[in-house]
Amino acid sequence: MDMGSISPELLLASLMVAATPILLAALGELVVERAGVLNLGVEGMMITGAICGFAVAVNSGSPAFGFVAAAGGGAVLALLFAALTQVALANQVASGLALTLFGLGLSSLLGQGYVGIKPPPVARLDIPLLGDIPFLGRVLFSHDLMVYFGLALVGLIWWMLKYSRAGLILRAVGENHDAAHALGYKVVRIRVAAILFGGACAGLGGAYISLIRVPQWTEGMTAGAGWIALALVVFASWKAGRVLLGAWLFGGVTVLQLNLQAAGFAIPVEYLSMSPYLITILVLVIMAGDKSRAPASLGRIFHASQ
Amino acid sequence: MLKLEKRPQPSRLWTWVTPLLAVVITMLAGGALFAALGKDPVEAIATIFWQPLFGEFAFYYRPQLLIKGAPLILIAIGLSLGFRAGIWNIGAEGQYIVGALTGAGVGLAFYPTESVLIFPLMVLAGALGGWGWAMIPAVLKLRFGTNEILVSLMLVYVAEQLLAAMALGPMKNPEGMGFPGSRNLRQYESAHNAELITGTGMHWGVVAAFIAVIFAYVLLTRHSLGYHIRLTGQAPRAARFAGVRPARLVLVCLGTAGALAGLAGMFEVSGPAGQVSIDFNVGYGFTAIIVAFLGRLHPLGILLAGLLMALTYIGGEIAQSNMGLPAAAIQLFQGMLLFFLLAVDVLTNYRIRLARREVA
Amino acid sequence: MKAASHCRRHRHCATEEGESTCRPPSGDNRVTTPLLSISGLTKAYPGVVANDAVSFDIIEGEVHALLGENGAGKSTLVKMIYGLVKPDSGAMTLHGAPYTPPDPHAARKAGVAMVFQHFSLFEAMSVAENVALGMEEPPRLRDLATRIREVSETYGLPLDPGRIVGDLSAGERQRVEIIRCLLQEPRLLIMDEPTSVLTPQEVEILFQTLRKLSAEGVAILYISHKLEEIRSLCDQATILRQGRNVGTCLPRETSAREMAEMMVGSSFAAPERAPRAPGEVALEITGLSVASPSAFGTALKDIHLSVQAGEILGLGGVAGNGQDELLAALSGELPSDAEAIRLHGTAVGRFGPTARRGLGLLAAPEERLGHAAAPDMSLTENAFLTGAQRENLTARGFIRWGAARAFARAIIERFDVRTPGPDVAARALSGGNLQKFVIGREVLQRPRVLVVNQPTWGVDAAAAAAIRQALLDLAANGAAILCISQDLDELMEISDRFGALNEGRLSEIRPAQDLNVEEIGLMMGGAHGMEVAHV
Repeated sequence: MDMGSISPELLLASLMVAATPILLAALGELVVERAGVLNLGVEGMMITGAICGFAVAVNSGSPAFGFVAAAGGGAVLALLFAALTQVALANQVASGLALTLFGLGLSSLLGQGYVGIKPPPVARLDIPLLGDIPFLGRVLFSHDLMVYFGLALVGLIWWMLKYSRAGLILRAVGENHDAAHALGYKVVRIRVAAILFGGACAGLGGAYISLIRVPQWTEGMTAGAGWIALALVVFASWKAGRVLLGAWLFGGVTVLQLNLQAAGFAIPVEYLSMSPYLITILVLVIMAGDKSRAPASLGRIFHASQ
Repeated sequence: MLKLEKRPQPSRLWTWVTPLLAVVITMLAGGALFAALGKDPVEAIATIFWQPLFGEFAFYYRPQLLIKGAPLILIAIGLSLGFRAGIWNIGAEGQYIVGALTGAGVGLAFYPTESVLIFPLMVLAGALGGWGWAMIPAVLKLRFGTNEILVSLMLVYVAEQLLAAMALGPMKNPEGMGFPGSRNLRQYESAHNAELITGTGMHWGVVAAFIAVIFAYVLLTRHSLGYHIRLTGQAPRAARFAGVRPARLVLVCLGTAGALAGLAGMFEVSGPAGQVSIDFNVGYGFTAIIVAFLGRLHPLGILLAGLLMALTYIGGEIAQSNMGLPAAAIQLFQGMLLFFLLAVDVLTNYRIRLARREVA
Repeated sequence: MKAASHCRRHRHCATEEGESTCRPPSGDNRVTTPLLSISGLTKAYPGVVANDAVSFDIIEGEVHALLGENGAGKSTLVKMIYGLVKPDSGAMTLHGAPYTPPDPHAARKAGVAMVFQHFSLFEAMSVAENVALGMEEPPRLRDLATRIREVSETYGLPLDPGRIVGDLSAGERQRVEIIRCLLQEPRLLIMDEPTSVLTPQEVEILFQTLRKLSAEGVAILYISHKLEEIRSLCDQATILRQGRNVGTCLPRETSAREMAEMMVGSSFAAPERAPRAPGEVALEITGLSVASPSAFGTALKDIHLSVQAGEILGLGGVAGNGQDELLAALSGELPSDAEAIRLHGTAVGRFGPTARRGLGLLAAPEERLGHAAAPDMSLTENAFLTGAQRENLTARGFIRWGAARAFARAIIERFDVRTPGPDVAARALSGGNLQKFVIGREVLQRPRVLVVNQPTWGVDAAAAAAIRQALLDLAANGAAILCISQDLDELMEISDRFGALNEGRLSEIRPAQDLNVEEIGLMMGGAHGMEVAHV
């Protein structure tokens, strides 16, 4: 075993990359849950985004189109969830599970012709000057655009929830949908919009895996990233800033165990591969005491009866 | 404009009509899907639903119905108890794997001793393995208040890695010439979950599934524990008021689901599958969620839903080999079923009305 | 009838010519043109006509009472005015122009504001955020905080804009709602049962605020079923019964009894109190302190009380002062120190609900659907919910459904529950009938101690009278009853002794007979630090 082969510089740089898919998905889910909806279908929307993005990128030759398609694919799947839970008033837990099962089936069907193909490469954004700073330049300033998009999204969502009118209304709907309805806010419409946003974000996260992180298409390649994203929202106590922190933590664990595998660490690969999931459980245990920030209407069905 | 209007009480008629409606809609949508894939929709649907039962090779496929249906029913019965109580164990796949590992582990440990006690021991070990794996989310939920959905699901991925580690490591067949996977339990008589009546597909797992159905039916309709499970799911506050201890219910529901899933895994690994291998699990733990909902979380419903879902598995395989229908299409077909079921479910509790032109 | 000249019964009133002549109270210089005119508003829901051709006018600067029993259609009517519900037919005009608000935003823009009975507030958010959510074009949060302070001082409703609403008392929460309305300078202010969460002293302060607003020309539509309040505050009253406008009157010149008859349609005999001699102490609470299970609940602090057999102890108090927690601590849902609660001498503080029922301590919580009963379950199943043990409805863990059904039938018959039968789901029953079922279920189990919370909340007058009578009869048969209620009239009517909960503490307990409203108010916590409006 050779610990020396693990470079801290590369480790941190790849941490940023490993964190991005779950960061994007978790940010989307954060907005959905803040609106009072629990969408357990993140995994399904991610994998759908992964194949939609992959297929469009391969066929058009443009990763940018791929990401747009991924967002669209995720949003379309989310629309199904919205129809079930907001229109047909179905149970959100069951609908989320249905979405994941459906998404897994859909993606493997769509992905049949794409196994073993390489997607068009995504340009790395080597920021001049900043990228040349030793250590930091490699870690922070020489990534693809999506990494920065993810970071920008953290700031944007943080600002929106804290300072904007739209964020205030979104939180109000998640906190007490009956009161929000009584004040004249369109609870269902706002929630559908949030669900679509969540789907688009999950789609982007999925495409990031298939187009940049791996990059190729294999069935079930998200391997629980969507579920980890869900756990991340709980870990973050429904705060955007802490989602970033959590994503880095999980990214770090993933990258570290991959590096340990590569370095031939004396533990069977399978046990190392368990670690991100075990860490997720551990984090859930540690954070479980802090439920106070959960939106009060989370998961409850809204029906404006009279 | 259509408007939903809450019924004064859930419609009994629609409770049983909606699953059938969902199946019909799924057939239509599935047909459209198959047509889009360039296959003849009528032929595809007929292949899936007719061939296994009444086709030329039905004698071969009919036993498969029990073999594929039994694990689905066994797992779904366990899940349904929790779902009714609002306890969401979605990690049955993991419990299924671990039950198979512990069950097979006991069998392999005794190899090559022959004894009638070995198989019962394996059954016990399988149930205990699944039970223990399900106790992890249960205990964490009670002790720390963690979400059982996420924990039980994370444990599926852990169990899959554990399965791989076992198939490649401790349980690997020493005479397997380096191939991954354990000894074949079908060739080890004391550990073999053999067909009980030749040509029927009936094995001990099928027996267990039928017992579970009867047991769950009596529990839910006649016993106060079953009443408490239903009450907790429908009105948690009323349940506490009635004197139900939620912690006990979490242990009972997750424990039962885990034990049944573990049993299903054990019967599978010692019978139809035969050995512990990397890809031993085929998603029964997840499909069972669909079965549980399609069966309305009712034991008899689950029995029928489990057989129907087994039919789609078998029919799907036939369609795959005869018509070149991709396996993923069948998976998607099953996913659609749950989707449509949840969508039409609204009719049970709500009436759809054409809203009058509103005069303000 | 003596007051006939002030009190007219009719079905279609506003169209009559001479209507406005009796309107403004004499000696006022108010404008007599209607601010809001309602004519023929009708709204039907499946199985019930909530409003049937209701018509009346509201004049600028007038305090107009909308009077009616629970279920008379008051809420539906104001929801139509506030744009939450669209009428099936009929029309409204505001300032003489047609008024058809598609949603509450439009209503607010037109100058209509509303204070809800069950507040439309967001507990986890600050006062300022809550206010901003109820405004059309709120200023920046910092400017808004200043405005909140200004307005709250002008109207004597002190409020810190930075506080989290979940930490506020019920009275303070109402202030948030009122200030949210006042910041928009409304022309019409709708108040839905505003005094149900206030102590008598707070009610007086609220009335001063409302009078000040009315003097400034704001019209107030005041919804209530409390007659004395209406008589002291309102200029005009419209009475609804079963969705119909059954008359208008000048409250100051009409007796409470007459208004009550119009409201209910017939008169009720006051419950009979059989003379009863309190026996030995049945329930004794000493130093009971428990934390609330919910985030914004109220902890119980050092409660001491005892109830004797054959006695009714009434506990008043404004909502959210520990009533739910006290019931949960007594029913066994919320365990406490073993010694804190004694039932006929047995320490039961650590016992669960089942064990307590076994000893004869029964309870009926406030929330009918979801707490006292499971909404989607049948009445038979709901009878089993608490009756399993005392009625021997199980045999070795198995349910005797036949016996459970017979028990449900007995409840239905004895307590006149109007329902097709025991197989009907609980949620299909009206509030009054379900409440009769819930109370009857406990009463029929022959409790030694019965704890009830809000036994007649949201129930029609006939059912309320029947429930009160059942409680009195039960006490006369030797049971000890602890009745927690926010309805002071009810408590004065049935209880022997009275105490009040205030922020989780219990006041001194005194004989109910010689208490006056002033004293009761002080026991409930007085004015909770409110000040009188700076008129």
